[in-house]
Parts: sequence; structure tokens; C-alpha cells
Amino acid sequence: MQKTSFGRLLRAGALALAGAWGLSVAASADTIKVGIIGPFSGPFALQGKNFQAGAEAWLAQNGKTVAGHDIELVYRDLPTANPQQARALAQELIVRDKVQYLGGVYFTPDAMAITPLLKQGNVPLVIFNAATSAIMTSSPLVVRTSFTTAQTATPIGKAAVDRGIKKFVSVVTDYGPGVDAEGAFKKAIEAAGGEVVESIRMPLNTTEFSPIMQRIRDAGAQGVFAFLPSGPPTLGFVKAFSDTGLKQAGVKLFATGDLTQESDLPALGEAASGMVTSFHYAVSHDSEINKRFVAAADKAIGAPDLLSFPAVGAYDGMFIISKMIAATGGKQDAEKAVEAVKGLAWESPRGPVKIDPETRHITQTIYLREVAKDAQGRWINKEIAGVPDQKDPGLAK
Amino acid sequence: MQTALSIAMDAFAYGMALFIICIGLSLTMGLMRVVNLAHGAFAMIGGYIASYAARDLGLGYGFGILLAMVGTVLLAIPLERLLYRRIYDRSELSQVLMTIGITFCVIGITNYFFGPTLKTIPLPPELARPIDLGFRSIAGHRLFVIASGLVVAGGLWFLIERTGFGIHLRAAVENAPMARALGVRTEIIYAASFALAIGLAAFGGVVGAEFLPIEPYYALRYMVTFLVVVSVGGAGSIPGALAACLLLGAIDVTGRYLVPDFGNFFFYLAVILVVCTFPRGLMGRAQ
Repeated sequence: MQKTSFGRLLRAGALALAGAWGLSVAASADTIKVGIIGPFSGPFALQGKNFQAGAEAWLAQNGKTVAGHDIELVYRDLPTANPQQARALAQELIVRDKVQYLGGVYFTPDAMAITPLLKQGNVPLVIFNAATSAIMTSSPLVVRTSFTTAQTATPIGKAAVDRGIKKFVSVVTDYGPGVDAEGAFKKAIEAAGGEVVESIRMPLNTTEFSPIMQRIRDAGAQGVFAFLPSGPPTLGFVKAFSDTGLKQAGVKLFATGDLTQESDLPALGEAASGMVTSFHYAVSHDSEINKRFVAAADKAIGAPDLLSFPAVGAYDGMFIISKMIAATGGKQDAEKAVEAVKGLAWESPRGPVKIDPETRHITQTIYLREVAKDAQGRWINKEIAGVPDQKDPGLAK
Repeated sequence: MQTALSIAMDAFAYGMALFIICIGLSLTMGLMRVVNLAHGAFAMIGGYIASYAARDLGLGYGFGILLAMVGTVLLAIPLERLLYRRIYDRSELSQVLMTIGITFCVIGITNYFFGPTLKTIPLPPELARPIDLGFRSIAGHRLFVIASGLVVAGGLWFLIERTGFGIHLRAAVENAPMARALGVRTEIIYAASFALAIGLAAFGGVVGAEFLPIEPYYALRYMVTFLVVVSVGGAGSIPGALAACLLLGAIDVTGRYLVPDFGNFFFYLAVILVVCTFPRGLMGRAQ
């Protein structure tokens, strides 16, 4: 008795839900909602602001209509890495706000928590930042427009050895992306004929780096490769490197661009001067399309010195979503949408890029940059060389 | 040997930076019995003022420190009158709730006005260059931090143990009603020591900025470290706070050098051991 009445209730509920679903789809056919999840408040608010600036810059340049459909962005705040909350927010966006596309996501654990929902919700996810290779294997409905740590850390290995440096110490923050960076760099260095004599992993909340510098000195390295997530510790690290005399002793510091993101450069300044990093995007990238992008994003973010790399991931992410909308004629069909952008190639503010049809991750030029002053006396990441067509080595089998 | 000396030097500098920031908190907690979780927020405000003065107004480091201390104290005085005065005799819970509320407000306000990016305080050239000590070169700034720490410790000891103000303060702490009956104006004593604690926080925020960079979440990010130092040292004790800072700094720095993979394991192990052996901290006052 109990069982049957419960079953009936369930069926009635399902019918009612289906009815509501049908109605709302019919009612909102001409407005396509895109849910963007990112850290818009809290310690990482700067990165969230960059998501917003990138997305708004795209809308400002291309209009709010794609193939006759209006686009509406729905922002959801996820201040720090929090998989449970990420999942709840994504679910809410899909079920209640009826978004057709999900975008954003700053941290890998959050992306991993969202991917199982995509198939059920019939929603593709375009990742604007989260940079661990493994995300792409967790769902076929994910496309990524940012970079991976392995992708940015690999080219610098060869570049460093090309400068005649053979003995390296790698210093990374002890968490997923740090370990990824350490592995990718070691592989690249050994392939180029160099040697990593010591691998140091630092706890996440380290702020006092002198002991680490002393270890680098004791290891007798000629070069250091560092990976730290962008934020307050990068300042202490780069300062300690120059304060303890390692820089003066001629040891070269290499890193991924996370350490010298543009919004931190005014603070790093002289201490970082001459430091070589590898990354997919520099705000100073010299191209017409980038100048237009920077102008639009500056306007959207309000304060130009806050502009940094997540903005370009969001900008290209919006481009991908617009292509998806056009390919599906505005209908909700996640598989068709993702299929439509596989292999898509275009000119991004960072240079020529392409969505790899197998991994759905972005293939792009990784630039070697040096921290230097521009003509106006501002610190920039000056691009000195580019390694074109880099796929994600972390996904290569 | 050289390495050991070198680590000791780093540990000493780091410990001294912690000491300057935390001693004010130790005073408010030990002498005034106020659990001021907003202490880090005041250190951060000091850092912001110094950064603004030195970087945007170009006033130089010394001026920056001075402005930071004066400015932070001026900001704190109305807070003391309007908010802190109400919680002096309340339970720890209301103190914690109110001061953490203040912390969040300060974070929100700084984030709004100064943005979420890092703020640096430009050092004068004498402090910015590495100084050769024979066995290694150390940033001049670190020697300055060590010297400041020693001066602060000595000065505070003198103030509390050897001056009339110190006698009144100790009397007010021991038995406030009795001190009042004897004509000690306890509100003024409290307000003055609160201002002193805040001024020291601001000073610590500025000189410690190379170790603990100034950004809006400063107050929350290092809150645990500050509280740990005070509880290990024993609230209200200057030598205790000094010993705790040097001990914890040494353990933290040595651990990071020898086994960085262990993270903060040794730091917290030391904290557990000390707190188990000395429940009132290394040199806490019996009540």
C-alpha cells in the first residue's frame, strides 16, 4: 500500500515537472541563458572579475544576439574551491534557471564535481580556467579555452636548456597543479638533456621562503623552475629569490606565467625584472585583435591594472558558446553543440588557436616572456619567443 | 655549520617580525582580557596606509611607518569608544563575535577601496640591498626587522615594569574596581594600552610586510598564526611572546628547510607539545 501510493506520487511529480519543463522551454525559446560559475567574491575575486570582464568584453564587441537568439549571462559566485557547492550551483543553474550552457570554473575540484551533471542536464561546460589535464577525460561534454599546467610548463624546459643551463631545482607548491608542473618540467628538461637535481614541494600556505632559497643554493643549481598559484605568496617568493642573493649570483629563475600575472606585476616590479616565464597569454601581446580585446576588457573591469589571463579564457569561452548556439539553432542539444566546435580554429587575442577534436582542449602558442618595462614605464610580460601549436602534453598518450 | 647559521638568521628575522605583530595582541588578551581577533586587521590597515604613503604619495619608508601607526590608532580610537568599551567585561564569546565581525568589515572595505591586488611598501635603498654577513648575505630589511623587534621588546618591558603608567596598568588589570577606588582612571589606561597595541600592530604590519604580504585577506589568512603565538607564549607576557615567536619561527623555518614536504607538521606539533606541557603558555600568568 505504502509502496504504490509513493510510486503514484512520484509519477505525478515527474509528470508535473515534465509539464513545467515543457512550458518554460517554450516560453524562453528566444533567450538563451549561460550560467557562469566563478570566484566573484573572496580571496580570488580578482580572477572572477576577469571572467566577467572577458565575457562582457565579448558581448560588447559582438552584441547580445547570436543567430537571432538573445544571450543572457547568469553569474554564480563560488568564492573558494568547494566541490559540493560547485555541484549545487551547477544543479541550480540547470534545473531552476534553465541555462543551456555552463561556463567559468576557476578550480579543478569544482570542475570535477560539475562534470557528472552535464549528460543528465544536457548542458555543455566551457571551462574558462581550471587547468588540470584530467578534467577533459571526465565528461565528453567539456570544452576548455584556458590552458593546462603541463601545457605551459613543458616549453620552458627546452628554452632553459637552450640557454646553456644544465642543473635545475624545481620548486612547486604541494598540491595538484604544482605536482603536475613538477612532472611536466622534469620530463621536458630530461628530454632536452638537462637534469633536475632536486625537487622541492612547499606547503600551500608558505610565506617565508628564505629556507627554500637556502636549499636551492645548497643544491648548487644554475637554474630554478618555480610553480606557485597566483596570489600573495608569489610576491614573497620572487622577493626572497632576489633578497637572498640568488639572483645576483647568476641563478636563473624560470616559471609559468601564474607567477607574474599582470595584476601582480606592479607589486613585483624590480624584483621580478628579467625573470623568464612561459604562458599562453600576455596582456601586452602585440596584435590588432588583442588591442581591441584589451580596450573592451579594460572598460568592463573598470581598472585596467586588474586585467589578467582569466579574461582571455572567458572571452574565447564566449566565442565557443556563440558557435555552439549557432550550430544547434538555439536548441538544447549538448552533444551536437560540442561536436560543432571540435576542430574549430580561430584568431584569439592570444594568437591562433584551435580546439583539439580529440581532447576538446585548446591548442595554442605558448610564449616565452621576460618581465620588462614597456615604453610607458609599466612592467609587462614581454613576449620574446613563441612555441606554436602546443596541445596538452598531459593528455597525450 | 654555515647552513645552520644561515637558517638561524632567517628564523630570527621571521620570529621577530611575528613578535612585533603579535605582542599587541598578547597585551590586549593578557592585560585587558579582550580577545581581539581584529588585531590582524589593524596590522593590515597599517600596511595599507604605509603602502599608500610610500608608493602613491612618495613619502618614504620612515614617514610611511609613522603615518601608518598614527593613522591606524586614529581609526581605532572611535572603534574603542563605540565598540570595544562595551565588551571589556563581557564573555569571550561576545568578544570573539564582535571582533571577527570587525575583521570581516575591514576586509570588505579594503577590498572595495583598494582592490584585491597585493600592495607593496617600497623599501629605501639602504634596506633593499643584500648585506654580506660573511657566512651569507641577508636582506638589509631583515636586519632592520630584528633590530625593531629588540627595541619593541625592550621598550615595552620598560614601559610596563618601570613607569608610572605601567604600575597603573598592572593595577587596573589585577583589580579594576579597587584601582578605580584608588583614583586610577581605568578607562584612560585601557584606551591608552589599546592604542599602544594597535600602534604596534600597525608597525608590525608595515615592517613584516616582506614576510606576510599586505592584501585584503591578510587579517584572516594569518589569524591562526597570531593566535597560536599568543597562546604558546602566554597572553600578556612580553618574554613569553618573544620566546614563542623565536621558538615557533625556528621550528617553522628549520622544518621548511629540512623537510618542506611535511608542510606545517612540525609547527603544529610544537604547538601541541607546548600547550600540553604549559597550559597557560610558556610564561603565562597564573590567575
